[in-house]
Amino acid sequence: MKTFAYTPATDVESALAACTEGATFLAGGTNLVDLMKLGVATPDALVDINRLPLRDVTELPGGGLRIGAGVRNSDLAAHPLVRRDCPVLSQALLAGASGQLRNMATTGGNLLQRTRCAYFMDMTKPCNKHAPGSGCPAREGDHRNLAILGASEHCIATHPSDMAVALAALDATVRITGPAGERGVPVTELHRLPGDTPQDDTVLRPGELITAVDLPPLSFARVSAYRKARDRASFAFAVGSVAAAVAAEDGVVTDVRLAFGAVAHRPWRAYAAEQALRGRPATRQEFLAAADAELAAAVCLRDNAYKVPLIRNLVSATLARLTGEGA
Amino acid sequence: MTTTAPRAVGRPLARIEGPAKVTGTARYAVEYPLEDVAYAWVVQSPVPRGTLTSVVVDPTAEADDVLAVLWHGNAPRLEQPDDPELAVLQSERISYRGQAVALVVARTLEAARRAAQVVRLEIDVEPHDALLREDHPELYTPEEVDPDSPAVTQTGDVEAAFAAAPVTVDVRYATPALHNNPMEPHATTALWTGGDLVLHDSNQHPPGVAAAVGAVFGLGAERVHVITEHVGGGFGSKGTARPNAVLAAMAARVADRPVRLALTRQAMFSMVGYRTPTLQRIRLAADRDGTLTAIDHQAVEQTSRIFEYAEQTTVVSRHMYASANRRTGHHLVRLDMPTPRWMRAPGEAPGSVGLECAMDELAAELGMDPIELRIRNEPRAEPESGVPFTSRNYLACLREGAQRFGWEGRDPRPRRRREGSWWIGTGVAGATYPSSVMPSVARVRREPDGAVEVSIAAADLGTGARTILTQIAADELRLPPERVRVRIGDSTLPRASVAGGSSGSASWGWAVTGACRELRDSGRDEATFDTTELVERQDTEGKHAYGAHFAEVRVDADSGEVRVSRLFGMYAAGRILNPRTARSQFIGGMTMGMGMALHEEGVLDPAMGEWVNHDFAGYHVPVHADVEWIDAAWLDEADDDLNPMGSKGIGEIGIVGSPAAIVNAVWHATGVRVRDLPVRLDKLLPQI
Repeated sequence: MKTFAYTPATDVESALAACTEGATFLAGGTNLVDLMKLGVATPDALVDINRLPLRDVTELPGGGLRIGAGVRNSDLAAHPLVRRDCPVLSQALLAGASGQLRNMATTGGNLLQRTRCAYFMDMTKPCNKHAPGSGCPAREGDHRNLAILGASEHCIATHPSDMAVALAALDATVRITGPAGERGVPVTELHRLPGDTPQDDTVLRPGELITAVDLPPLSFARVSAYRKARDRASFAFAVGSVAAAVAAEDGVVTDVRLAFGAVAHRPWRAYAAEQALRGRPATRQEFLAAADAELAAAVCLRDNAYKVPLIRNLVSATLARLTGEGA
Repeated sequence: MTTTAPRAVGRPLARIEGPAKVTGTARYAVEYPLEDVAYAWVVQSPVPRGTLTSVVVDPTAEADDVLAVLWHGNAPRLEQPDDPELAVLQSERISYRGQAVALVVARTLEAARRAAQVVRLEIDVEPHDALLREDHPELYTPEEVDPDSPAVTQTGDVEAAFAAAPVTVDVRYATPALHNNPMEPHATTALWTGGDLVLHDSNQHPPGVAAAVGAVFGLGAERVHVITEHVGGGFGSKGTARPNAVLAAMAARVADRPVRLALTRQAMFSMVGYRTPTLQRIRLAADRDGTLTAIDHQAVEQTSRIFEYAEQTTVVSRHMYASANRRTGHHLVRLDMPTPRWMRAPGEAPGSVGLECAMDELAAELGMDPIELRIRNEPRAEPESGVPFTSRNYLACLREGAQRFGWEGRDPRPRRRREGSWWIGTGVAGATYPSSVMPSVARVRREPDGAVEVSIAAADLGTGARTILTQIAADELRLPPERVRVRIGDSTLPRASVAGGSSGSASWGWAVTGACRELRDSGRDEATFDTTELVERQDTEGKHAYGAHFAEVRVDADSGEVRVSRLFGMYAAGRILNPRTARSQFIGGMTMGMGMALHEEGVLDPAMGEWVNHDFAGYHVPVHADVEWIDAAWLDEADDDLNPMGSKGIGEIGIVGSPAAIVNAVWHATGVRVRDLPVRLDKLLPQI
């Protein structure tokens, strides 16, 4: 791998100062180190942020949670308030990776992990993400697990995170600090759609650091779940996933949050499905219709069309389970 | 001096090297401490076909640490090897993507890797052909299939039998490219001492590697010392010397110091062999009572431009079931792809997907229990050869296995059992593997402390070979196992056959038995025994191990996800020498069979000429969570016509038939026949 400088930082300020051009932050390293070995990531310097005081989950005044960017996935999944108030997040975290990886991976790093598209991970192959302008062989090649929503002719990569799908459903906000100060970005807007610049995964600007993720209070998130379909029982990226939280009264859906994973360049918040469902009866038929409202925009390639019925079924099954309707 | 001891063979002795492995003190090929060692990194071809005209080294990349960049323009000349894959860096010709085209040698691993990443290759690229298809215009019939069987056989009048049969099945099954992925990659540490070569190498056959690597450097095998104390798995891919051994030796000579070379996981997908994809067509003809009247099993497979490897896919259909009329054949095409090689149960593993799934389809067609169908087609002697079986307890495996698994009362109709969102079904398939033996030599020596040293150049891949040889010697010499010291994993020890073809224990155990008996009978302090003549005198036909696999699966009606609730193997595989290591072999094979049925696939991008999912994140092998309940049991069998231990090989039979049992269970659960493996949710979902 390319020789790099290494700077451990102990506070946010010194981390930002150390992250000059060509440098990148190192958190759990579960994805970045692999990419460095493969030559996909070639930073000149690593700024180690593992010692930053970003390891706590705290309750926000007025409800909700602030999750430090350095909180390990295992710790977040096991947190009593997370388990009680938004089981969808705990389930999504536990559905990801393996125990060893979850012990290392952080909240901020998990959001910023990169696609596992096989072409992106291999520097001997063209890829508009790692070599802009070189082309996207996945469109004709292996795309069985690539995007059906929001893709472009330049890139059909999917975002691999499970956690991010749950956060998208929960209206989370990403706290960002950088040379120009602090800002908050809804997690649904953190990741870009690929368009004609697929090399940019997110809206983060150079030198910016994710410090926390804020979860607003969402009372009905206690009735929530994450359903992940995958090619083996564990330690596999999703081929399709659904994060759902739902409120129903007298058999009618009063409010709902839905997000899909493994279908797009970002965790896909299913606004159209939510809108279609609010005020509708909590029945399998309505759940399927809501999924169809969202999936109408799907553009499938030769080998990934199965994701449409898969997501459709997962939406229906998950909502049916949460509402106790139409099993 | 002898003392009496209870018999060791048949007892569940723990692996002798187990504590060394779990405490991390066992050394593997690139773990030996050495002074002034250098590291080699392979540059692989980024194109499947073409001519390498130049290699341009970036003079700024890791310049302080790079010792050499070798390619055909500057690499030392080698003697012509028997295996063209070992003629590394000798030619400008590129025959497959991933082929070694250059080698960086550097003071550190990181520098070697980085320099290799930025080396610029100038290549005249040619159009390539990487896609296996049934109608490929360049298909041909090889003379022989692995290891030395005819490619085509025919008895009776197959077409007449099909024309007359009241019930027929005519189906196509496809198995994908599968990749050997032992935990320890192919790895070598090479050093030259004087003009002699020392290799710490991860392989399944130290004497074979010594001979093959010696030959390319113009050295006799006695001048190459291969040390293979521990091996982290091989599955056939380490059965012969691989390019890593030659490259490491070449680098050590050029750099004039010891060199370590371990392949990356990604490189293993192209550089060490794989199981060819197969396109099988299998036709069965039967009377209404289930009697098979014809079997026709044809396979289309691939090999590379530089080496013909012909997988024996349909050989299993030559002797599993009785039938008056039978035809089997193999058809190859040379593609611009890496050379396929041995992978656990070559032939039997993919071939019994076709045969045992087709039998299930025939049973459904007949409305007959699939076990009963198999019972009705039990041959009296080995079909084709006519030779009586030395032992065949296949039906006993089916019957006993059915009882233990709880087969009785099974509703044969598919898509009948639903629990919550799960469709549930069960399936069965037969298993067989040849019981073979190869010539080997062992030496036994009494030590001054009363212990006995047993020496043989065998390799223990983690299977327990060292342990069972200890048990065999202990019994022959009436010693407790603690008094037997087995030395293996060194090419300078008496010549052993390859740890492959499920033949290791039988072959080495025979030599060890012979040497121990000679020591005992002669009263001398040392004895050596060579089984070559005895082995060559043996008839090879009619010798097989058998088994039956049973699977219970559930298929999620919403997602199409398949989970294996139970997987059970019932075997008749001769005398079981060590039940602990045997169980591990059986359930390991069955788990790999689960991978073949449900998970594993080299995903080809024809335009790239490569499997694009070349790592463990993309190439899925079963993980613990996939194995919910698994067990293996065996019948009390001893076959004294095979070898003095009465044993049969058990390393491969677990992967034969277990995939078919799972595929058949998926059909029983859902009513959907998926005939191209692996059976994944995207194939099931549209139909359930």
